[in-house]
Amino acid sequence: MHELPVTEAILKIVLKHAAKNNAVKVACVRLKVGRLCDLEAVWIQNYFTYLSRGTVAEGAKIEIERLPAVFVCQNCGEKYEIGADEPITIGCPHCGAKEVEVSSGREYVVSEMEVY
Amino acid sequence: MGEIKLVEIKEEILSDNQELADALRAKLTKEGTMLVNIMSSPGAGKTSLILHTLSALKGELKVGVLEADIESTVDSEKIAAQGIPVVQVRTGGACHLEAAMVQYGLEALDAVGLNMVLVENVGNLVCPAEFDTGAHLKIMILSVPEGDDKPLKYPLMFSISDALVINKIDYLPLSDFDPEAVKARAKALNPHIKIFTVSCRTGEGIEAWITWLKDRWRDFSTSPKERR
Repeated sequence: MHELPVTEAILKIVLKHAAKNNAVKVACVRLKVGRLCDLEAVWIQNYFTYLSRGTVAEGAKIEIERLPAVFVCQNCGEKYEIGADEPITIGCPHCGAKEVEVSSGREYVVSEMEVY
Repeated sequence: MGEIKLVEIKEEILSDNQELADALRAKLTKEGTMLVNIMSSPGAGKTSLILHTLSALKGELKVGVLEADIESTVDSEKIAAQGIPVVQVRTGGACHLEAAMVQYGLEALDAVGLNMVLVENVGNLVCPAEFDTGAHLKIMILSVPEGDDKPLKYPLMFSISDALVINKIDYLPLSDFDPEAVKARAKALNPHIKIFTVSCRTGEGIEAWITWLKDRWRDFSTSPKERR
């Protein structure tokens, strides 16, 4: 993932909602990011700190919740998850079939923020 | 400072690009131009596959090419040498194309009236997978020297592509690359992915790719415009 344009997009969303809520300061921004999206939290935070200077979001902490990838086996119907820290393995853990469909795991969302 | 307040947002981070990509796709659909986004690592054979495709479609379809690179115009010069309309988009350091850049490139190409535009994305298996360009078809190339572990390392690219072209199969005898392992790994991420094994150097396997691409064009050009 290209963290810089992503962080620019995050800041834009944050500032829009900060203005809408008459916030004087953004304390914390929470993201939800699926297992199938690459993201390095440390760079998102560093870029955000840099880009948000002089705005109400300056100094805000970025908290990232990683969501699992969810697959559905096309053979036996088993629904299973691969967690944020687990490697992507191949095939259904129940029946071993290779035909599985990605049900979720590509989320890239600003979910909420804490403001004053 | 006053009370702390929790603001619920639930907004897609990449929504600006997504909205523009959806609008661009709808516009091209109406105009009858099929946009094909071709992605791979640097040196996997995007330009070579495009050159083969152009030569196979010559006289049959009006095709244009959009070349994206961080620097240089070497790829677009190769395409222009074939007498094909081509526009080079320099991304200015960005490692992927976004819908806005594609829209700009298509205007420069004067794409109205073309049946198909092949987009050569920036060589990169990571970021291009995250950014919808407005394309109707997403194609990725993996070349034998890159190794058969790539679906494990770059799962998103394999999971969003409509077709995987495994290129440089003429290198197989020199390599421990296992095409069956790649196929299984790619299918595990994306059961609908269509897989081709080709050599752009020898021409082996190119015909199957072209036949499939022509079928996709036929589906595109005959389906009702609002449902494409």
